[in-house]
Amino acid sequence: MNTEAVSLSPAGVKTAVVYADDYLNKLTGEKIERECRQRLDEGCTELIVDFSRTEIVNSIGVSILLGVIDSAANAGAKVVFSEVNENTAELFDMLGVSRHAKIVGQ
Amino acid sequence: MGQTKLLRIEDFKNPNFKELVENKNKLVHTFGALAELGHEVASRSNFQETIRTSLHLVLGSLGIMRGGVARYSRFEHELNMLAVRGLGDFFPLSLELCYEDERQFLTNGLHPIEISQASVLPFFQVYDRTFENTKLELFVPLVISDEAVGALFLGEKASGEPYTNYDREVICAMGRHIGSAIAQRNLLSEIERRSDENRKLYDDLKMTYADTVKAFAAAIDCKDKYTEGHSVRVGKYSEIIGNELGWDADKIEGAAVAGYLHDVGKLTVERKIINAPYRINAKESAELNKHPAVGFEILSPIHHPYTDVPLAAKYHHERLDGHGYPDGLYDRQIPYIAKVVNLADSFDAMTTDRPYRRRRPAADVFDDLQRNAGKQFAPEIVAAFFRGILKELNGEVKDKKFRKLLGREYMEADGLAVSLRTSLNSMTPTSSLTRIKAA
Repeated sequence: MNTEAVSLSPAGVKTAVVYADDYLNKLTGEKIERECRQRLDEGCTELIVDFSRTEIVNSIGVSILLGVIDSAANAGAKVVFSEVNENTAELFDMLGVSRHAKIVGQ
Repeated sequence: MGQTKLLRIEDFKNPNFKELVENKNKLVHTFGALAELGHEVASRSNFQETIRTSLHLVLGSLGIMRGGVARYSRFEHELNMLAVRGLGDFFPLSLELCYEDERQFLTNGLHPIEISQASVLPFFQVYDRTFENTKLELFVPLVISDEAVGALFLGEKASGEPYTNYDREVICAMGRHIGSAIAQRNLLSEIERRSDENRKLYDDLKMTYADTVKAFAAAIDCKDKYTEGHSVRVGKYSEIIGNELGWDADKIEGAAVAGYLHDVGKLTVERKIINAPYRINAKESAELNKHPAVGFEILSPIHHPYTDVPLAAKYHHERLDGHGYPDGLYDRQIPYIAKVVNLADSFDAMTTDRPYRRRRPAADVFDDLQRNAGKQFAPEIVAAFFRGILKELNGEVKDKKFRKLLGREYMEADGLAVSLRTSLNSMTPTSSLTRIKAA
């Protein structure tokens, strides 16, 4: 997992991209959560979690992503889950995650 | 036997099909979470970590935005939060319950309670505002084997939909796992507490035993004004030898006790024989020589925390060459502890004044011990004893036991350390008797 440097769009939106690993479980999920919190503390207004390398998201991963969504909502930031594979997109849809974050498929 | 139904094109057009697939996915996802939870609870990893992971699994399996897990303390009537997600910094770490709450939760069992419908209970009245502010919807008492062990707090679902019966079943199943983990932890804590109590009781008993042993030693020594403190000194010398032989703490304590009690049989010997200011005659000697066997009889019925204490009393006058008493045992027939006490006893006899003679100079005593190694004493025990003395003479130990027991002047005789070191270097590790026997 790594983070792209925070970029500032012309509209003044501070965006950070966080890359998820191939399997989003507790260990990797908590790293993402810490990273996202740090970005929000730095004033990011848009968080993009890139799932291009992610094959599977388990229940712990979902719980952590809901935590990211909650933290972002409290900070007034938007969350985008990008490059999400079909299975994960279905899972997000089924559990209502897609109601709180924009899901962009692969 | 039923036939397997094949799916047809029309089935895919059926509006229920999407629901069917979604239900299957939901089942697979939930089943995965349950399996992981079972594994986590059984993994015996860090309890706090297990609870944190469990909370993740409950929230993630059903897409619940926030929640917490608490452990119930029935002594303080409190729910203490173990893990929380999304409840904010102001959610209380402990929530109090009253008797009525507890009774209701026990009656309710492990079933989710709709917080908005439960305002009749004092618990929900007291924390009404807290639950509302944190958007908590369900409260699940974790009741395991008719005992409240904790609770689950669950917020709204990410889907915005109300909890279904299916969700409640899943929550019950997961709650049972988490409750079992907490109950197991409670049991372990209780075992640890009782084990600590038992250890304390055992230590107290050991102390009482040690005090009793010392009282006995004092009683034995009281019979003989010339050998006052003899049993205590023999105990301390035996302890030093045990330490030098690399014994563990328990065995060393046992050696000390054996030393303290080795002469307990003298309690039955007439005082005039023990205190005779002359060399006693053959009849008196025979009477005195009964004390090891009598000591064994006195000590045998007692359940000592250390083994061989009675044997040390019985055989501490035996010699390696078979010329000792009461049984004239030979080298390996003599219990090892008796050999240790024998050396300690002889050393004390030589280094203390008697009614008919003054104590012998240290160099003379050490020379005697060396000469008799392999005849009266086990050589490796003599060597261990010499090492203990040398360590003190060389300043390698803080506690100057020999100096305290024998006096500074006695222990600082010229050339003592050099002569001890020479003796130690010239000694063979086993007795000639042992070697003959082994051959």
